[in-house]
Formats: sequence, C-alpha cells, structure tokens
Amino acid sequence: MAETASKELKARDKQEVTSPAEPTRPGLYFTPDVDIFENDTEITLLADLPGVRPDQLTIDLREDVLTLAGDVSPISAAGEEPVYTEYQTGTYYRQFTLSEVVDQQNISAALHDGVLRLRLPKVAKATPRAIEVQTG
Amino acid sequence: MMYRRLFHLPTWSTRNPFGELEQMRRQMDTLLARFTQADDGRQHAGVFPAINLSEDPDSYYLRAELPGMKSGDLDIHTTGQNLSIAGERMIAPEDEAVKYHRREREAGKFSRIIALPGEIDSDKVSAALADGVLTVTLPKAEKMKPRQITVK
Repeated sequence: MAETASKELKARDKQEVTSPAEPTRPGLYFTPDVDIFENDTEITLLADLPGVRPDQLTIDLREDVLTLAGDVSPISAAGEEPVYTEYQTGTYYRQFTLSEVVDQQNISAALHDGVLRLRLPKVAKATPRAIEVQTG
Repeated sequence: MMYRRLFHLPTWSTRNPFGELEQMRRQMDTLLARFTQADDGRQHAGVFPAINLSEDPDSYYLRAELPGMKSGDLDIHTTGQNLSIAGERMIAPEDEAVKYHRREREAGKFSRIIALPGEIDSDKVSAALADGVLTVTLPKAEKMKPRQITVK
C-alpha cells in the first residue's frame, strides 16, 4: 500500500551522460530515472521522461541491449527570453543489457504524463510434458 | 625587512607571520570552488521542482519538469508577485511479488514559492500540464509591459 508519511522531495540535478557514439546534432544528453522490477512472467521498466511525446521516443532492442532515446523540445519557445534557468533540456538516453531472454513479439510500451512503462515478457520456459507411447 | 618597508615592497607583518599563507589558501579555495561548480554556472535554489523562467514582452512563462503528475495532484496559486507550486508525486505501488533491480524514481511532497521579477495580472494566469512538463503562463500587468516611445 502507499506510504503513510510522505517525505519531502529534494531537487536533484539531472544526470548528464556522454552518449557512446558521437551525436550528429548538438545537444545535451541526460540519463532518465528508471525503476526496473520483475516478476515471474515479465520485466517491467518505468522511466521518467518529462517533455517527451510518444512520437519522439525510440525504443530499440537488439542483441540483448535495450536502448531508450527520447527527444525533448527546447526549453523556451521562440521569442522568449530566458530569465532564470535551473535545468537544461536534452535528449534522454539510457541503455540496458538484458540478462533474461525476452519474448520480443509481445513487448508493450505506454507513455503517459512523461512516464514510460515498458513491459518485456519473459520467454515461457518449456513446460515438462509427458509423451505417450503408442503401441501396435 | 626594514629595507623592504622603506622601499614599499610587500613585507610579512610581524603580527601575523602566516598572513600570506592564509591569503594563498583562501585564493586556492575560491579557485577550486569555481572548478567544482556546474560548468555553465547556473544557480539552483535547491528546492524541488527545478524551474525555468522566461519572458516575452507580454508575459512570463514558467516551466517545471513534473513527470507522472496529474493536474489534480498539483496546487498552484498566485499571491501578489509570488507564484506557489505545491503537490505530491505518487508512485503507484506494484504487486507484492516483484523483485526490484533498480529504484531511482522518487515520490513525495514538494512545495515551492517563486518570486516573479515583475507584477503580473493574476486573473489571466493559466497553467497546462502536458507530457510531464508544467507550463504556467503569467501575463504581465499592463503597467509592466514595455511601451514604445516615439521620438518626434
């Protein structure tokens, strides 16, 4: 159930990351905060990606490496002068190596209010089956 | 020592023989402090959420990153020249039988008051929360808008 006493949120600076390959466009790259948990049937990944619309998000899974990349629109629209800037915006980028074998056909992703929910179902283990022997 | 004093060269004061060392230490401190700060030297009030304030001739725009917040969880109001944002970030609990590999997202209450640089028209303030980014549009009071003065 939810915690009874909520604690105060503290401001944290966004973690900047240097992307592995040199990017073609200039801009900063940040690591999004991520919760990863699993149960028997699937692995779920929840990522905080504020400012990313569903069409700006790329999720890539190849060779057991999961890559999340989300583009963000710039801080202020054209015509605005920045007065006080406390955070920068940039592409969110994070890579994970998956240790379990994932059923790639049934991966589902949903992006609501800047939170991505990625469900990676695990491959069902082969169930033991008794094999009947036909006679005659 | 006398020679240096007579010709106005820097001397070591007898009262504080370590004066120069102290001064050097202080200078090194400020030098190192500059290196360890964020490269772009941006300020941070240290309160959640981090905000970006920008303006155009008609209004102020305040943006904050609040992923996972619904508009009902937010409480925004203006008092004179101050804007206050308060709310609570909830993270829905998952099933009991899950094993966490990572847990980086935080949940909790927050509350922040921002003093705006100029007067605003409180009746026309609007706010929108889309994709986890809150944008508050605060139109400036009429007398604060820049006025073009023509030279005859």
